[in-house]
Amino acid sequence: MPETTRSTRSRTKAVGFGRLLLRNRLGMIGLGVIAFWTIGSVFIGLFSPYGATETAAGPLLSAPSASHLFGTDNFGRDLLTRVFEGGKISLWTGLIAVAISLAIGVPLGGIAGYAGGWIGSVIMRVMDVLLAFPSLVLAMAVAAALGPGTSSAMIAVGIVGIPEFARITYGQTISLKQREFVEAGRALGLTSTTIVIRHIVPNALAPIVVRSTLGMGYAILTAAALSFIGLGAQPPTAEWGVMISDGRGYIISGEWWLTFFPGLAIATSILGFNLLGDALRDVLDPRLRTTA
Amino acid sequence: MSYVIRRILAMIPALVGVVICIFLLTRVLPGDPARTLAGEQADAASVEKIRADMGLDQPLITQFFSYIGDLLRGDLGFAWHTGHTVVEDLASRLPATAELALVAILIALVIAVPLGIVSAVCRDRWIDHVGRVISLVGASMPLFWLGLLVIYFFYFTLGIAPAPIGRISSGVNPPTEVTGLFLVDSLLSGDTVAFSSSLQSIIWPALVLATGSIAMISRMTRSAMLEVLGQDYVRTARSKGLSPRFVIGKHAFRNASPSVVTVVGLEFGQLLGGAVITETIFSWPGVGSYVTQSIMATDYAPVQAFTLLAAAIFLVVNLIVDLVNAAIDPRVRNA
Repeated sequence: MPETTRSTRSRTKAVGFGRLLLRNRLGMIGLGVIAFWTIGSVFIGLFSPYGATETAAGPLLSAPSASHLFGTDNFGRDLLTRVFEGGKISLWTGLIAVAISLAIGVPLGGIAGYAGGWIGSVIMRVMDVLLAFPSLVLAMAVAAALGPGTSSAMIAVGIVGIPEFARITYGQTISLKQREFVEAGRALGLTSTTIVIRHIVPNALAPIVVRSTLGMGYAILTAAALSFIGLGAQPPTAEWGVMISDGRGYIISGEWWLTFFPGLAIATSILGFNLLGDALRDVLDPRLRTTA
Repeated sequence: MSYVIRRILAMIPALVGVVICIFLLTRVLPGDPARTLAGEQADAASVEKIRADMGLDQPLITQFFSYIGDLLRGDLGFAWHTGHTVVEDLASRLPATAELALVAILIALVIAVPLGIVSAVCRDRWIDHVGRVISLVGASMPLFWLGLLVIYFFYFTLGIAPAPIGRISSGVNPPTEVTGLFLVDSLLSGDTVAFSSSLQSIIWPALVLATGSIAMISRMTRSAMLEVLGQDYVRTARSKGLSPRFVIGKHAFRNASPSVVTVVGLEFGQLLGGAVITETIFSWPGVGSYVTQSIMATDYAPVQAFTLLAAAIFLVVNLIVDLVNAAIDPRVRNA
């Protein structure tokens, strides 16, 4: 097939997917929510007069008001600034964690699926062992072994996601390597690496993209949970889990805003990624539309 | 019977893998347990002494066999922040977590399965939309936030929930211990006051813990039912004039149930992770809050022990799931 025809065809396909995605209302709401937190976090410094760790920016523990829309905490820090600053850390943590899972899980799954034999068996049995742990418990164990901190949380959440990506890629590779275009590649004398990188991975991308999007929400949630129990980011960092942990003691005396706004930020951003992930799945894998 | 034996034997390599994995987590990852235990301010000599005491200066393989030996003797380490062995602490706290997890999974089943079935049967009607919203919101809700919202609304604002301070109100005596599960023990001893107080104390954390599971189980029930409802034998059953209740209960749900049982098992395993968060928020004296207290005290032997316990429970639950599925579906046991 001439190169130009092929590139035109794949561009047309991409435009088709884009249109379908744009027509998916829930997916667009999800994308809007993610954009809101991302843009807000990046530009918070421009529209907030306060710093995220600036104490006495207002009275201590003041309820939401015109001067402090989300109220202030027990050190008089402005919660709106802290929540948006926290978005930077949480979204970044989610992104790095998913990148770690992808960078390790996809090649492992690809190698296991394509090579098969004892290599495939060993890789997939190790993945099965990782799946034998409840995910939050495994993340806790890894973060505890590395010592508390934001980087530990990123690595821990990333490691927990590896088996899921490996399994998806493994399944895809197993089914794709039987297909004619892979056999044709082999007959033409292409190396295994070329076949995997140029022919198998691009065709296995759809479920990996969907899983990555859903995985972002999960990664943000798990990283916040690790911070909440003291294994992730540490105070005074403006991170959503840390903020909820700090404000926890004030809930029974009625200061709800200390935990409400960071919690709302976590819940809405996870919801955003879940909605977008579901929409991507509908667009990229129409077979699932009937049952999901 | 041969399926049962095969399945139990298949669990052994997984358990060995889990043990190796936990060992490697503490010895191979770049974290330094000796430094963690000694604290950031400790000098190099103190760190080295702790390293030697913990056997971390030995070759990896020696450390591994010493770790296996400890495990076989039932030695999971010492929790210096409580002054007891980890096994003693876990044994005294496990019933509280077991009771919480069991009530949570019961709540999840009672809500999620009917919701999933109704959603599938009334596909694209308002009840289906409600069910899907519940499952989407439930899946996005951080447990620690939901728990605090529940405490704020139901305890602080409305005053209908008891103070989040454990398994029973402070003015009520715990029931005589038989199983360690307060609800069961109070029923066995006929202590209605303790039963009522335990029920009121457990219902809120259990509801919070169940939220994620409600989302997952209802979603899986809906999708499994939708798949089955489209099958020819269901259409045949309907065309024979069987009542919708009989078709859904006897033909459709029976065939959808292996998927539901599998997701319930997975969720039960995941509840142990959720229990760490929920117990911490509700001051529930189980293994979950014990883990958080250990982390706060930088005492990591209990965290490793809990990881091993959680993985072992997860494996056993998966075994039970497979056995239940084999009982439901003859194709599984003959595979």
